[in-house]
Amino acid sequence: MENEVKLTKLASCAGCGAKVGAGTLAKMLEGFKTHEDSRLIVGYDKSDDASVYVIDSETALISTTDFFPPIVDDPYLFGQIAAANALSDVYAMGGEPKLALNVFCLPEKMDKETVHKILKGGYYKAYEAGAIITGGHTINGAEPIYGLAVSGFVHPDKVLINSNAKPGDVLILTKKLGVGILTTAKKADLVSDEVMELVYKQMATLNKAARDIMVKYPVNSCTDVTGFSLMGHSYEMSQGSNCTIHIEANRVPFFEEAYEMAQMGFIPAGAYRNREYVGEHINIASEVSLAMTDILFDPQTSGGLLISIPQEYSKALLEELKAVIPEAAIIGYVTDLEDKNLIVN
Amino acid sequence: MGKMIDARGLSCPEPVIMIRKAMASNDSEYEMIVDNNASKENVTRYATHQGYTVDVTEKDNEYYLSIKK
Repeated sequence: MENEVKLTKLASCAGCGAKVGAGTLAKMLEGFKTHEDSRLIVGYDKSDDASVYVIDSETALISTTDFFPPIVDDPYLFGQIAAANALSDVYAMGGEPKLALNVFCLPEKMDKETVHKILKGGYYKAYEAGAIITGGHTINGAEPIYGLAVSGFVHPDKVLINSNAKPGDVLILTKKLGVGILTTAKKADLVSDEVMELVYKQMATLNKAARDIMVKYPVNSCTDVTGFSLMGHSYEMSQGSNCTIHIEANRVPFFEEAYEMAQMGFIPAGAYRNREYVGEHINIASEVSLAMTDILFDPQTSGGLLISIPQEYSKALLEELKAVIPEAAIIGYVTDLEDKNLIVN
Repeated sequence: MGKMIDARGLSCPEPVIMIRKAMASNDSEYEMIVDNNASKENVTRYATHQGYTVDVTEKDNEYYLSIKK
């Protein structure tokens, strides 16, 4: 075992915490020339999870990519988490992934066994998702990076964008928060293996089951919660939908061990970037503890779906979700735009 | 002046691990320098959680933390 590579030691930042801040990204994309195409119904101007291009009246193509440095030391698990995370963008659009390409960067000295296990993890998850990895591109570089470029399909009328939440909607989250905090605290050996196993298992879990149930209901809007945190992604949803999102902090599911680790300052830098990104557009009630707000801003890797659905259908959807995803919970609701985009109570 | 811990050039969670180790001595005062906002916030959270108060002075993009009990 001692010869095994500590994968996370090769990475300067972990998982979706490596994501470039949303504000930084938006500035870099300003002013580029792009073709107008009416078939492109979700493009890069929308800050959505993936782009969507209508092929015919029955079919739209979803295209997306996601990759990051190791968030775990086990290469097989890293491959699974990276793939589950990349595939998730298709699920968040309401679609089904079909084709995938490996995006892989590995240090020249990395042993073959580790490389093989990372890829094995990716193939395993793609298979579980019903998608086919048809190739990819692999380069040498200082830090390992793995992920997928994924294509999927969805009916053009059933596309779930992240900017269509409606006043009267209820918000459902399908995975626990705290993943970024716990993987940070793990580096100080402060989290038990048992807890980390649960965290790893959650990250490697596809959002397929949540998607398959969600599409049976008249959902208005959906996104997956990743590097920008619950707050960052909720802010994007509220801004795009021109409404206010209310989060009830005591209903938000999170790994309870993350709370003490947040109090102890084991918080990834990405959480502070997320606070900056949301900036003045949030109002947090004074009763909500600092540690809880740290959890709300914690960057998630392969996080759950955030689903916005009319209140009258929310109970039935939640019940069906909870049968297979016990941590699924109603965490807030949507109103007309108030003076802040986000209100946390 | 308490014990001085220089955590410049380090990112999360290293500075917190350093102050945690230093606090094993249970002194009433520590001084710490960090060079990014996340480290400043995280060290402040840790020290506060351990019952210390923290005063932060920013100078040339570096944060000087005076940690006292």
